Amino acid sequence: MFKSFRNAQGAETRVLDDIDLDIRKGEFFSLLGPSGCGKTTLLRILAGFEQPDAGAVLIGGRDMTGVPPNLRPVNTVFQSYALFPHLSVYDNVAFGLRQKGIGGAALRDRVGRAMETVRIGDFGTRKPDNLSGGQRQRVALARAIVNEPEVLLLDEPLSALDLKLRKELQVELSNLQETLGMTFVFVTHDQEEALVMSDRIAVMNRGRVEQLGKAEDLYERPRTAFVANFLGQSNLIPGKVQEVSPGGAVVLTEHGLLRTVYGADLSVGREVMLSIRPEKLRMERDDETEGNEVRARVDDIVYTGAENQYLLEANGQRLVAFQLNSDIGADEDFDYEEEVALYLPPASLVILEEG
Amino acid sequence: MLTLRRFFATLGPGVLWLAVFLIVPVAIMFGYSLLTRTDLAQVGGPLTLESWGRVFGYDALFREWVPDNLRVLGRSVLIAGFSTLLCILMGYPLAFYIARQPARRKSFLLLLLIIPFWTNFLIRVYAWILILRPFDLVPSLTATFLGMVYAFLPFFVLPVYSSVEKVDWRLLEAAQDLGASPIKAFMAAVFPQTLPGLIAGILLTFIPALGTFVVSDILGGAKTALIGNLVQNQFGQAGDWPYGSALSFLLMGAVLVGLWLYARSAGQKGLEELI
Repeated sequence: MFKSFRNAQGAETRVLDDIDLDIRKGEFFSLLGPSGCGKTTLLRILAGFEQPDAGAVLIGGRDMTGVPPNLRPVNTVFQSYALFPHLSVYDNVAFGLRQKGIGGAALRDRVGRAMETVRIGDFGTRKPDNLSGGQRQRVALARAIVNEPEVLLLDEPLSALDLKLRKELQVELSNLQETLGMTFVFVTHDQEEALVMSDRIAVMNRGRVEQLGKAEDLYERPRTAFVANFLGQSNLIPGKVQEVSPGGAVVLTEHGLLRTVYGADLSVGREVMLSIRPEKLRMERDDETEGNEVRARVDDIVYTGAENQYLLEANGQRLVAFQLNSDIGADEDFDYEEEVALYLPPASLVILEEG
Repeated sequence: MLTLRRFFATLGPGVLWLAVFLIVPVAIMFGYSLLTRTDLAQVGGPLTLESWGRVFGYDALFREWVPDNLRVLGRSVLIAGFSTLLCILMGYPLAFYIARQPARRKSFLLLLLIIPFWTNFLIRVYAWILILRPFDLVPSLTATFLGMVYAFLPFFVLPVYSSVEKVDWRLLEAAQDLGASPIKAFMAAVFPQTLPGLIAGILLTFIPALGTFVVSDILGGAKTALIGNLVQNQFGQAGDWPYGSALSFLLMGAVLVGLWLYARSAGQKGLEELI
């Protein structure tokens, strides 16, 4: 519903362009995109630190455009945590309530409960300097949720933590969101983080929302090449629509005719881009000629533990296929230079919007 | 013997430095304060507490008590204190203004702040006479304050500036986000971060202001004589070195009491910041 322009050193750059989002009450909503896509600016507009040049911000139906941050029913968990170093953990958490004039038993009670919720109950007297990264993260969280905001904004709060802790906190955060029933708006550049936690995700690129939807929808049916490659990896195969039927379309590509269940509404002759996830490609030794098969040669093999990643060469195009590293398939591992048949299931071949 | 040698090897340079530049001079001055003035700028025996008595307002026989020196000290504290306050009111916002400028403008403004040091202090204070004479302000208390602020403002601004430079402004946003109005957010999130610089600035302003004699002598006239003027007079015109030495200890004592009060109120951390 709002746009924004911003100028850095005189030059005007459009940081946010024609953004129109409707975030539902009580959902875990993620803004996902590479750095510089405008996601943080959007979050700062929601918090009130920046103003949109045009458009409006509505929170709970009330127009909040131009309302300063301290008067918005919104709290932020900052990327840097931004804890007050001269205050104890308890005083950090109590800060927001004290601003509202809450004191005495009510204050102690609510601060205590918020600290228990994020399991920092014993750290009350410590200073932020004496806490680990994960503990600081929890303090920042407690300091925000104690105010019971209508919307909690989280600006890449896990990015400074190591992988294991990050995974733990991902689960904890989404559990916390469910327990509190609070609306979370989560900014991240980590696609896995967004997929794990969110009810819905808005994938952003160059100041625009590329696609908005549930994690599965975005992953299984990306609409643009950007989404297909930002969320996971994709093989992109250009082609031309040859035949259209109610059951889908047939596309002529460098690999011959490929059938897909999508594209029933396309017109014949149109240039399209097909996308398929590496793990959906099936590698086979023998050609069974059931259609949608591509001859390919193994160029390189990357062993990642849980799966083998095959870099393949097919009709002059590079394709990537992931095969699960299961015991049953151990003798089915493929070798360098081996000729294989790739099966592209029609249900996994997605047609992207842009060519 | 070995331990003694090691003691001097490790503590040597520090102890030596303190001994040469602090302990020995103070000891010499203390020695002088116990001697008697024999002639102009001449000292000799016998050892006596007469100078110390005079410092605290007693006559040679400790019968009459006229605490003029204590009054001058009190006045010095008030004038130095008020000058420091003026420096805070002007310098604190100035430090923020400079720190928030773009890099090139910032160095230029800092240069402007430092340029006066390239000219002799005495000459600059005399220049104020020329500036203030048309307004018929020399000598006066107003001129003293003007001179004090002029002389000590850079010493206040520089340490404050260096702590403002380091301020984490994200904390200001955090405080606002948590419901603090802009002014409250500043006091809660930014002011504590500038406190070390502010304290350093106050000390660097107040202590020299308390001991100065040039500004008050040139711009203030006889009515605003400070403790510094008294000391200077003993070592100059009056040529009474024992009395001047003892007076110096009065000034030193006042500074130490001030530091002690601060350290006590700020605790261990305050003491470290002070050092």
